[in-house]
Amino acid sequence: MSDPREPLRLSADRDRCVGAGMCALTAPGVFDQDDDEGLVVVLDAAPAAEHRAAARMAVGLCPAGAVALTSAEGTGA
Amino acid sequence: MPHDPTTAGTLSDGTAETTAETTTETTITTAAEELPTLPTDRRTGCPFDPPAELTALSDEPLRRLRYVDGHTGRLVTGHAAARAVLSDPRFSARYEHLHLPMPLAGLEGVTEMSPAPVGDFLGLDAPEHTRFRRLLTGKFTVRRMRQLAERVEQFTGECLDAMEQAGPTVDLVEAFARPIPALMICELLGVPYTDRDRFQEHVATLFDQAADVAAKGEAFEAVGRLMAELVAAKRAAPTDDLLSDLTTSDLTEEELIGVGGVLLAAGLDTTANMLGLGTFALLQNPGQLAALRADPGLAEQTVEELLRYLSVADPILRSALEDVEIEGQLIKAGETVTVSVQAANRDPRKFPGPDRLDIHRKATGHLAFGHGAHQCLGQQLARVEMTVAFPALLARFPTLRLAVPPHEVPLRDRANIYGVVSLPVTWDKE
Repeated sequence: MSDPREPLRLSADRDRCVGAGMCALTAPGVFDQDDDEGLVVVLDAAPAAEHRAAARMAVGLCPAGAVALTSAEGTGA
Repeated sequence: MPHDPTTAGTLSDGTAETTAETTTETTITTAAEELPTLPTDRRTGCPFDPPAELTALSDEPLRRLRYVDGHTGRLVTGHAAARAVLSDPRFSARYEHLHLPMPLAGLEGVTEMSPAPVGDFLGLDAPEHTRFRRLLTGKFTVRRMRQLAERVEQFTGECLDAMEQAGPTVDLVEAFARPIPALMICELLGVPYTDRDRFQEHVATLFDQAADVAAKGEAFEAVGRLMAELVAAKRAAPTDDLLSDLTTSDLTEEELIGVGGVLLAAGLDTTANMLGLGTFALLQNPGQLAALRADPGLAEQTVEELLRYLSVADPILRSALEDVEIEGQLIKAGETVTVSVQAANRDPRKFPGPDRLDIHRKATGHLAFGHGAHQCLGQQLARVEMTVAFPALLARFPTLRLAVPPHEVPLRDRANIYGVVSLPVTWDKE
């Protein structure tokens, strides 16, 4: 589950997003905010191993539950 | 009818200015007398710790609490329970649903609070809250705020220059903690330099623990008047700032004035308290201060730890719109829940050794900015301001120390946002 070598797949729900910026702060390069509304943008839905811990942390920190880990399938890493 | 005009004494989105109920809901309060009330007295212990009596209540993460009007609601002191409540849309932030866990500073007679004034989106739920928030989040992104770092550095340098000129003894609140966030929020909003003192004076009254209801009402109206003038000016001649941008949104004139007032107040009275109290905390923890001075690269995590350790915006209030089960307990519709941010941020299950200030700790996940849809809108600005300002202060004054014994530092122990009233500091002149 939290094995950093395991591939992961990220998704974001911009309707739920409240633009707090925790994802972009915690995992830059994986998440960003658009300049207009400040809502989540997934830059890398299948981040390489070295970014996975930060990406997981960002998912846990999101105040709105707007970013999620989905299945590990299809990740290229 | 509720009669309090000052609910716009609100803070960053996510730190509830409290209100009381106007609903007809009646709660049976058997044995309510035996229930604890919210402990707020910090006078006996370390100035950075939550009240000892609150810590004593933190053995249970969620417990019953007696409110000012006799209502039986809840107190959340556990980190997990706090997150659960704050992120659950079945808990409302609308002021008119809330009961007060403690008398409001300066408004001791007030037990019933009015709904949010127009534009005060902190006291709204989705979808009304979402409408306001969406207009603003694009202005406070991580990227935009980081672009302001250079400006923060420049202005911090000016404040430090002025301190050197005035020293070697100054009030750090006056010279440093207050002006830096004030300048930044004024520049963001587009408040001209000449209006800043006028705004600052009225906002100070709004948050002044000694000011009475009448004074606060006047200050609230004065901020509204100044903001109305400013909005009219931006409409006539737009400039490159947030208020000008908002004149082209779908906000009504009244909403725009209200939003402007909330943002200004939030910008003036939140980070300033973190800078003042945070410096006090560092000075009282010389090992931590030395570590930060030696390695300014620790600034970002120091800021997170200070946010956790000090939790100046506290508590956050919510009201259950329906029956909700949290950690196996049923919270009934209509119950007010007081989320004690300072207690949750000292939850040993989340932060081992929570009463220790430890800048090497990963304090990420603290709830100092709240959690859920109302999590502080200005948090990335606050982070940039603090990350720049603390190391700059320490670098400029290697011998910085308190100019009075620590117990003589006056504390805002009854204010909505905790902090120091003033912080006399001194240093060795070269």
